[in-house]
Amino acid sequence: MTGLSRRRRLAAVAVLALAAAAGGACSSSSDQPADGGAYLVWDPYPQFADDSEWVALLKKCGTSAGVTVKRTGYDTTDLTNKALLAAQQGNSPDVLIVDNPVISTLAEAGALTTTDDNKLDVSAMAANLLGAGQRDGKTYGVPIGANTLALYYNKDVLTAAGVDPAGIRDWASLNSALGKVEAKGKKGITFSAIGTEEGSFQFLPWFWGSGAQLTSLDSPQAVSALTLWTDWLKQGHAPNSVINNTQTTSWQEFATGDYAFAENGTWQLANAEKLGFPYGTIAIPASAGGPAPAPTGGEFVSIPVQRSTGRYATSQKLVTCLTSADNLLATDTTLSYVAPVAAVQERQASTDPKLKVWVEAVRAAKGRTGDNLGTKYPKISEALWTAVQAALSGGKSPGEALAAAQAAATNK
Amino acid sequence: MVPPTATSTAVPGPGEAATAAPPGSPPSRARRPSRWLAWGFLAPVTLYLATFYAYPLYRNVELSLREYTVRSFVQGGAPFAGLDNYRTVLTDQAFGSTLTHTLIFTAASLAFQFGIGMALALFFHQHFPLSRTLRALILVPWLLPLIVSASTWTWLLNSDSGLVNAALGVLGVDPVNWLTSPGWSITSVIIANIWIGIPFNLVILHSGLQSIPAEVYEASALDGATGWQRFWSITFPLLRPVSAITLLLGLIYTLKVFDIIWIMTKGGPTNSSATLATWSYRLGFGNLLPEFGPGAAVGNLLIVLALIAGLGYIRIERRQQLR
Repeated sequence: MTGLSRRRRLAAVAVLALAAAAGGACSSSSDQPADGGAYLVWDPYPQFADDSEWVALLKKCGTSAGVTVKRTGYDTTDLTNKALLAAQQGNSPDVLIVDNPVISTLAEAGALTTTDDNKLDVSAMAANLLGAGQRDGKTYGVPIGANTLALYYNKDVLTAAGVDPAGIRDWASLNSALGKVEAKGKKGITFSAIGTEEGSFQFLPWFWGSGAQLTSLDSPQAVSALTLWTDWLKQGHAPNSVINNTQTTSWQEFATGDYAFAENGTWQLANAEKLGFPYGTIAIPASAGGPAPAPTGGEFVSIPVQRSTGRYATSQKLVTCLTSADNLLATDTTLSYVAPVAAVQERQASTDPKLKVWVEAVRAAKGRTGDNLGTKYPKISEALWTAVQAALSGGKSPGEALAAAQAAATNK
Repeated sequence: MVPPTATSTAVPGPGEAATAAPPGSPPSRARRPSRWLAWGFLAPVTLYLATFYAYPLYRNVELSLREYTVRSFVQGGAPFAGLDNYRTVLTDQAFGSTLTHTLIFTAASLAFQFGIGMALALFFHQHFPLSRTLRALILVPWLLPLIVSASTWTWLLNSDSGLVNAALGVLGVDPVNWLTSPGWSITSVIIANIWIGIPFNLVILHSGLQSIPAEVYEASALDGATGWQRFWSITFPLLRPVSAITLLLGLIYTLKVFDIIWIMTKGGPTNSSATLATWSYRLGFGNLLPEFGPGAAVGNLLIVLALIAGLGYIRIERRQQLR
C-alpha cells in the first residue's frame, strides 16, 4: 500500500469519481413513475396468487376504470419499509393497501393523500374503524375490512371440566373456569406475548378491558391487567412459551387440543374449521363484565402522493370500486374479515351465523392509533410490550414494569 | 448499470494490470497508454465497489449524523445533528447490557466453535472407516438455511413442548425456560450459534492440517514425542496462521449475527439476548415508527468493532512476518 505512487493514487481517485458520477446518473433516471399506462397496486396479501379472486377483482376494477392494474403482494412487515422507501424515491404505487396502524406513520411522512385531495367517500364506514386512519381531522384512507381478537374455546375440554362458556362474563368467572380446567389436567389458555407489535395487540383487550388508557401505562387498572397475565403464568394457567409465541404458534398450541382457550383473531376461522375438535368463540371479557374493547386489525386502502396529480381521479375510481358494498363482501369473505360498513356486516352475519360474535367484537373494538395518538402509538406500544415481557419473564413485578414503561413512553 | 459483457472483461483486469506494471518497476512516460488501459480494466470493479459498498456505507454514515424522522426521511431536509445520534445510543440504558451481550456472545461462540472445530478436525485427520461420511454429516448445519436451523432450535428449546426439556425431564431435571427467561436466553442463542459455526471451523482447520508435512510428525515420532507434545509443539504452532484467519473471520461473522437471535428470541425477553446487531434492526425496522438515525449509529459502531478486530489481525500478522 505504501508503495503507491502519487500518480497512481490520483488515477484511482479519478476512477472513483467517474464511478460515483455514473452511479448518480443511473439513480436519477429511476425517479420517473414506472409504467405510464398501468396503475400500480401494492397489497400485504402475498398468499393470493395471480389466479385468485382478489387479483381478479383488482383487474375488474381496473377495466371498469379504463386502465390496466399491475399488482404486487408484499409481506405485511416488509410493506411499511417498502412504502417509505418508495415515497422517498418518488415512485409510490397508485393504490397502497397497508395495515391500519401504519397509516399514521405514512401520513406523518407526508406520503398519503387525504380524502380532501382524493375525493374518496368514507361516510359509510364505521367510525371506530375509520379512526385508525384519521389524524387531526383528516382522513388518509378507507378500511377494506377489519379483524379483531376473541377467545376461541375447545368445547370438549370445557364440557369435561363442567364449564359453561356463556357464563364467562368477567375476569373472575374466566379465572374460575381456568381453575376447573386445570383440575381436570388440561391446560388453561394460550396467547401471544412476543416482544413485537403482535404482543401489544394481544395484550390490549385486557389492558383496555381493565379500564386503563394508553396515555397512562402505570395506572392501577393497567397494573391489574398485567397482574392477571402474570398470575396465569405463575399458576400454570398459561404456558411459559407465550412469552415467545406469535399468534400463529399460539394457535398451534391450541390446535393440539390440550388448551381450553386461545386468544386469537378472525383470520383463524378457516383454520378453526380444520381443528380436530368442536370449538366456539366468546368475546374477551372486561374486568368488570361485558365485552372488552379489542384493538382493530385489518388494512386500509390509501392513495399515496404522486408527482402527477392527474392520476388521483383514476386511483379514486379504483378504490371506490374495491370498497363498494358487493366487492367488500367478496373481499372480506376471502380474507375472513368483518366488513367496515354496517349494512355489509348484517349481510355477513346472516349468511354465516358464526360471524355474529366477530361482528359484535368489531363493533366494540378500538383503533390502536385512534384517540388522536397517531405516531405516539408506536412508542407507547413498544414500552407496553417490553413491560409485558419483563413481568411475564419474572424480571420485574407488573407495577415496576409498567412504571418503567410509562417513563420510557413519555421520555422519548 | 454495468453491462454483463463488461463484467466478463473485468476478470483479466488485475492480471493485465500486474503484467503492465510489475511492482517495483519505475513508471515511465512511454508506458502511459497501457496504464490507462489497465485503469480501464479496473473501472468495472471499482464502479461495482463504489456503487454497492462505498455509497451505502457513506449513506449509513450520513444517516447516523442527521436527525431523521419519517417525515424528513421522505421529504428530505433532515437537520445535521452531529454526533447526537451516537450520544443518544451511548447514553441509552440498553447500551451497556447490549454491548456486554455482544461481547459475551462473540467470545463464547468463538471459543467453543474453535475448540470443538479443532477437536473434530484432529479427529477426522486420522483416516478411519466412515470418516468421510461422518465429516459430510457434520457439515449439515452449514448447508441448512438459517431460518430452518433457528426455527428448529426454537422448537427444541420450547419451554413446554420442547425436546430438550422432555429429555431433561427423563433425567429428573426440572424444565428450563430456555428462551423465555432473562437468565437463559443469551445462553440458548449462543448454543445454537456454536452448533451453526462448528462446520466452518472444522473445514478450515482440517484443510490447514492437510498442509502440515507428514515428515515433521515422523521425525517427532522417532524422537519419542507423545500425542500431547505433538499437538502443542507441532500442530498448534504450524496451524497458527490458519487459526488466526479462522478466528478473525469467525469474529466478523459472529459480531453481526442477527437472524438466529431474531428468530429465536427477538433479542428478548426484555433485551436479555439483544446484541448490537438486533438492537440496530429494532431501532430501524422493529417499530412502526422507525428511528433511522440511532439505528444507523449502532450499525456503524458494529462496523468499527469489526474494523478494529481486522486491524488488530493485520498488526499481529505483520509482527509475525517481521520475526
